[in-house]
Amino acid sequence: MGLLYGLIAVGLALIFGLMDVTNFAHGEFLMIAMYLSFFLFAFFAIDPLLSAPLVAAALFVFGAVIYLLLVRFAMRAKANAGMVQIFTTFGLAIVMRGLAQYFFTPDYRSIPQSWLGGKTISIAGIFLPEPQLVGALVSIVAFAGLYLFIHRTDFGRALEATREDPGAVALVGIDKNRVFAFGWGLGAALVGLAGAIMAVFFYIYPDVGASFALIAYVTVALGGFGSVFGAFAGGIIVGLVEAVTALVLPPSLKSVGIYAVYLLVVFIRPRGLFGSM
Amino acid sequence: MDKNFAARRRRDLIIAAALAVIAALTPLFVKDVVVQNILILTLMYAGLSQSWNILSGYCGQISLGHALYFGLGAYTTELLFTKFGVLPWFGMLAGGVVSALIAMGLGYPFFRLRGHYFVIATIVIAEIGLLLFHNWEWAGAAMGITIPIRGDSWLKFQFARSKLPYFYFALLLACVAWFVTWWLEDSKWGFWWRAVKDNPDAAESLGVDVFNSKMGAAAVSAFLVAVGGSFYAQFVSYIDPESVMGFQFSLLMALPAVLGGIGTLWGPVLGAAILIPLTEITRFKFGGSGSGVDLIIYGTLIVLISLALPRGLMSLFSRPKKTGATR
Repeated sequence: MGLLYGLIAVGLALIFGLMDVTNFAHGEFLMIAMYLSFFLFAFFAIDPLLSAPLVAAALFVFGAVIYLLLVRFAMRAKANAGMVQIFTTFGLAIVMRGLAQYFFTPDYRSIPQSWLGGKTISIAGIFLPEPQLVGALVSIVAFAGLYLFIHRTDFGRALEATREDPGAVALVGIDKNRVFAFGWGLGAALVGLAGAIMAVFFYIYPDVGASFALIAYVTVALGGFGSVFGAFAGGIIVGLVEAVTALVLPPSLKSVGIYAVYLLVVFIRPRGLFGSM
Repeated sequence: MDKNFAARRRRDLIIAAALAVIAALTPLFVKDVVVQNILILTLMYAGLSQSWNILSGYCGQISLGHALYFGLGAYTTELLFTKFGVLPWFGMLAGGVVSALIAMGLGYPFFRLRGHYFVIATIVIAEIGLLLFHNWEWAGAAMGITIPIRGDSWLKFQFARSKLPYFYFALLLACVAWFVTWWLEDSKWGFWWRAVKDNPDAAESLGVDVFNSKMGAAAVSAFLVAVGGSFYAQFVSYIDPESVMGFQFSLLMALPAVLGGIGTLWGPVLGAAILIPLTEITRFKFGGSGSGVDLIIYGTLIVLISLALPRGLMSLFSRPKKTGATR
C-alpha cells in the first residue's frame, strides 16, 4: 500500500514539488484513471494489468491538455498566485467529480475478476495479496525510471531549471510551456498507472479521489517539496504508519496516524524530510 | 494618519451601516422561506469568510482548516446543551473561547511553518478533528447530535415556525465580523498583520512581534468562526462530524473572500453576496438528482472567476491603493 501511495505521491510531487504548482485535482486524476481502467475491462475485456500503459498514456495527454488549457493561465496570475492555483484546480476537481457523476452515475463499481484480483501469493510463509504486490513492483520500477529521468536526462534538468528561473531558461531556447506541459503529462501518467492498478482492488466511484488526494499531499510534504526521492520515501513511511496505526487504533482512525506523523515531522523539520524548499 | 485613509474608513462605516439597515428590512418584503434560507446562509458565510479573512487575508496565513473551529463551535454548544442543559448562548461563548484557545495552542508549532507546509498542516489538523469526532461515542460519533426542539424560544435560541430570528442573528454575526475587521484594520494589529503578510523577516527586524501578531489573528478568527458554527448548529438543529467539520467548510469559508478579494474589507461580503445565492440556486435547480450538473456549474464558475480575477472582484473597483496604510 505504501508503495502505491508513493506512486500517487510521486506523480503529485512532480507537479506540486518540481513545478511548484498546487494541484487540488490530483485525486480526480486518479478517479479518471480508475474509471478508464474499469471501462476498458467492462467493454473490451482488457485486464487492468494490460491496460495500465494505455491508461497511463491517456492520462499523460489529459494532464498535458489540462496544463495548456487551464494551469498555464493560473500560473500567470500576478497576485495571490497560490490561491488562484488552489481554487482553479479545486474548481476543476469539482467539475470532474460532477462530470463523473453525470456520465458514470454515483454508483460504486468494481472489477469483479481479473488476473490478479483476490489472489494471494506466499513468500516464505507470508501470504501477500497479488494486486498489491504487483502494484509495489510497478511502483518501484516507475520510481526508478522517473528518478533517472529527472536527474540524468536533459529534459529533467530543463524541468528543474524552468522552475528555478523561467526567464533565463527562455533565453537558452527552452519553451517553458512545452516543458511544463510535458511535466504535467508525466505526473498525470504516473497517477494513471497507480489508478489502473488500484482499480483492481478498490471500489470506483466519483468521489474516490478525495480520500487519496489528501494522503498524497501529506506524502509529498512529508518527503519535502522538490524531491522525487522524498515523495517516494514519504509514501513508504505513510504506508507503514497506516499499517501500524490500524493495528493499534480502530480502522476508521488509521489516517490519524499518518497525519500525526506529518505534523511531527514538519514540527521538527519544517521543510519535510528531504525537501529543498 | 493621512486624510484620505481616514475619509475612506468613515465612508466604509457609513456604507456598512446603510447595507445593514437595508438587509434588516428585507424580511418585510421577502416572505418566501426558500429565499429567506438563502439570505441566512449568505449572511452566515459573509461572517465566516470575513473571520477567515482576518487570519488568511490580512495576516497572510492561509488556513484551509477552519472547519475545525466551525465544528468545535457547533459541538461545544450542542454537547453543553444536550448533555448539561447549558443554554446555547453560553455554549456559543464557550465554543468561541475553546476554539480561540485551541487555535493559539496550535499556533505554537504551526506558525513556524511556511507556504504549502502550513496549508497542509491546517488541512491535516481539521481532518484529525473530523476523524476523532467520528469515533467519539459520547459525542454521538458518526450519528451526530439531534437538537431537541421544544418550541420557539429566544432563551434556547431555537425557532421552528419562523426563520426570522435566525436571519437577524446571521445579520448580527456578519456585522460583528465586519466591524471587528474594520476596527482592527486601523489598529496596531492591522498594520502588524499586513507587515507579516508582505515580508515576515523584514517585519521582524523592524520590531514587529511576528509570532504574537499571528497568534492574535488566529484567536480572533477562530473565535468568530466558532460562533458561526454554533449558530449553524442551532439553525439546522442537527449536526454530525461530516456536516460541520468536513473539508468543504474550510473551502466554503475561504471562497467568498478569495472571489471577492482576499485581504480586503469588502471582499468577503461581496463574494458571499454573489457566490452563496448562486450556489444555492444551482443546487436547488439541478441538485438532489445526483446528476452532478450542479457540481459542474459550480466548479466551472470557480475556475473562471479565479482565472479572470486573481485579485478578486474588489479589484474591479479601482480604489486608490491603500498607500495611506503603509506610511
